[in-house]
Amino acid sequence: MQVLQEERAAVGIDLYRQMVLIREFETEAESQYKAAHIGGYCHLSSGQEATNVGTVHALEADDLLVTGYRCHGFALARGVPARAAMAELFGREGGCANGRGGSMHLLDVERGFYGGWGIVAGQLPIATGLALGLVRQDRPQAVLCELGEGAVNMGAWHESLNLAAVWRLPVVFLVVNNGYGMGTAVDRASAEPDVFRRAESYRMPGERVDGDDLDAVIEASERLLSAARQDRQPAVLEAVTYRFRGHSVADAGLAYRTREEIAEREARDPISRVREQLIAAGASEEELDAVVAEVEAEVADAVAYAEADAEPPVAELAAGMHAAGSDAQFERMRPGSPFGERELIFDAGLGR
Amino acid sequence: MTPAAVAEAAEAGADAGDVAVANYREALRMALREELTRDERVFVMGEEVGVFDGAYKVTAGLLDEFGADRIRDTPISEEGFVGAGVGAAMLGERPVVEVMTLNFLIVAMDQVVNHAAKIGAMFGGEVRCPLVIRTPNGAGNQLTAQHSQSMDGWFAGTPGLKVVAPANPADAKGLLKAAIRDDDPVLVIENLRAYTLKGEVPTDPEHVVEIGRAAIPRSGSDLTIVSHGYATTRALAVADRLAESHEVEIEVVDLRSLRPLDVETVAASVVRTHRVLCVEEGWPSYGVTAELAARIQRACFDDLDAPVERVGMAEVPLPYAKNLETAALPNEDRVAAAALATLGLGPAA
Repeated sequence: MQVLQEERAAVGIDLYRQMVLIREFETEAESQYKAAHIGGYCHLSSGQEATNVGTVHALEADDLLVTGYRCHGFALARGVPARAAMAELFGREGGCANGRGGSMHLLDVERGFYGGWGIVAGQLPIATGLALGLVRQDRPQAVLCELGEGAVNMGAWHESLNLAAVWRLPVVFLVVNNGYGMGTAVDRASAEPDVFRRAESYRMPGERVDGDDLDAVIEASERLLSAARQDRQPAVLEAVTYRFRGHSVADAGLAYRTREEIAEREARDPISRVREQLIAAGASEEELDAVVAEVEAEVADAVAYAEADAEPPVAELAAGMHAAGSDAQFERMRPGSPFGERELIFDAGLGR
Repeated sequence: MTPAAVAEAAEAGADAGDVAVANYREALRMALREELTRDERVFVMGEEVGVFDGAYKVTAGLLDEFGADRIRDTPISEEGFVGAGVGAAMLGERPVVEVMTLNFLIVAMDQVVNHAAKIGAMFGGEVRCPLVIRTPNGAGNQLTAQHSQSMDGWFAGTPGLKVVAPANPADAKGLLKAAIRDDDPVLVIENLRAYTLKGEVPTDPEHVVEIGRAAIPRSGSDLTIVSHGYATTRALAVADRLAESHEVEIEVVDLRSLRPLDVETVAASVVRTHRVLCVEEGWPSYGVTAELAARIQRACFDDLDAPVERVGMAEVPLPYAKNLETAALPNEDRVAAAALATLGLGPAA
């Protein structure tokens, strides 16, 4: 493993730790979902960890990250504490979106993570705008915008790539191609199933990488992000991977693919692959087992934290909706004004 | 003022004092110029805002003054550039996105409703979206079904957005400035026919009209007409006409903001007049006037001497033929007839 061979053993172990954390977190999330402690949709990243960790590893501290709704893995890789992520899934106040976003809408602005977004391809124009903001602010950083391969048939994909190219914006569109948009296989949905080739239409680089090969993911991500930072060169990076679980926890994932196919992919688990590489590079089984044990404890702690954390108070139903100072604007629409209608507009939380 | 602004003010017939006579589009331009000058984070983008001088000339001349980075032409790509405005705003910029007409904003509805409106609440207040979208609604120039709509209520019914709709040049300036300075996404609904309306506009760069406050441009004791945008021009004309013809005094409440809605000012007026007619440019079913009627009946149930009446665009996709278009609009004859009916002076509408 190149990362390790270059005297970066500690980095390699940390990347392994992140991958295991994502897997353990997702496995636990599925259990908690089935125990009805987590609601809504819950899209798991299991199987895609090398793409999660490798691409985010290539980000600098001040780079920005935007994702679709399968965002747990990216959030954890970016450093969102497992506690804050799990509490968000539980709908608790200590969640990274204060319990208002849930599974699809994790974020951490301080870490440059501008959100998991729930409408397919809706995050692409926003990522383009973040990149425009970077340019306007003269910041030599880049945006990594994740999307699933199912998003590339939306108009927002075309509009965003076109704008990024016309305006020469520092954004890398990361297409996580896990083979299926919900249950629809790529070649049933895309007239050009080689997604990376679509970049040619916008005269920008497009590359395909084995998304389960951590080194390859890091190498391609670093190169494209670096070009984005230095030359404002937008690009498409297609990472081919596989999700072990269904589209969401509610999907068994068997209507559109065979058990054999899943088993075959699970046998090529990217986490096992990295572990083998680490061992080959000199890491010990004990050392790596200790990492796993540490991560298991971290996830157990996250669950305990989420369980104990307070629910957001109903009195703050509207918290965050509007900026500070909006109270006065709404006071003639709100209860407390002589003609307000209590049931239409909640008075709590506006302007906080 | 910049030299160009001085020249423009002179051309617009500026007084030496602190009020200039300007039309609605010049007032908007004044607001843009002042805010672009005041705050480096402010920039304008949209189709034809730069080289072309603006599809409706609101941004005329600004490219020369502020350069292509701050007066940014976009491709025909509403979902793309409205969304780019959302993203730039999340990073602390102050984008003012011009959408050529409200009909085209529908193309970008996903970014407005599913994204911009959700950011504050959905992310727990962790990030804000100080985005301004400017766009005209309206009909009356035989632009036909796809270019004559006023879906104001769609947006005003969306929590997380703020929606303002200036009726005159002074408010066009003051509300646009308020929108640019606001930390939330604000939709400024202008009007195609209003662009040429003239009026006195304060030249004070701090002339800001507070969001969430209606105005009463005409007082009266017999009937309240509640309206916004170009419907206010119609309401004021009808008030003049009926004062002459029927010696009735009509009060006009111009909403100015649709969300937040100043229910208090509306209701206080109705409590005085006991009769109310709500007028809008768009379709009334599920529209702004529907919202008004619901709130007025609740707030003023014991004060009403007549049912709450409404006038809007006839509920058809607007036809091309001039006579049909005229018949379908909430024109002065229809507003006047509804006003008289509400006053008990004419046949029921």
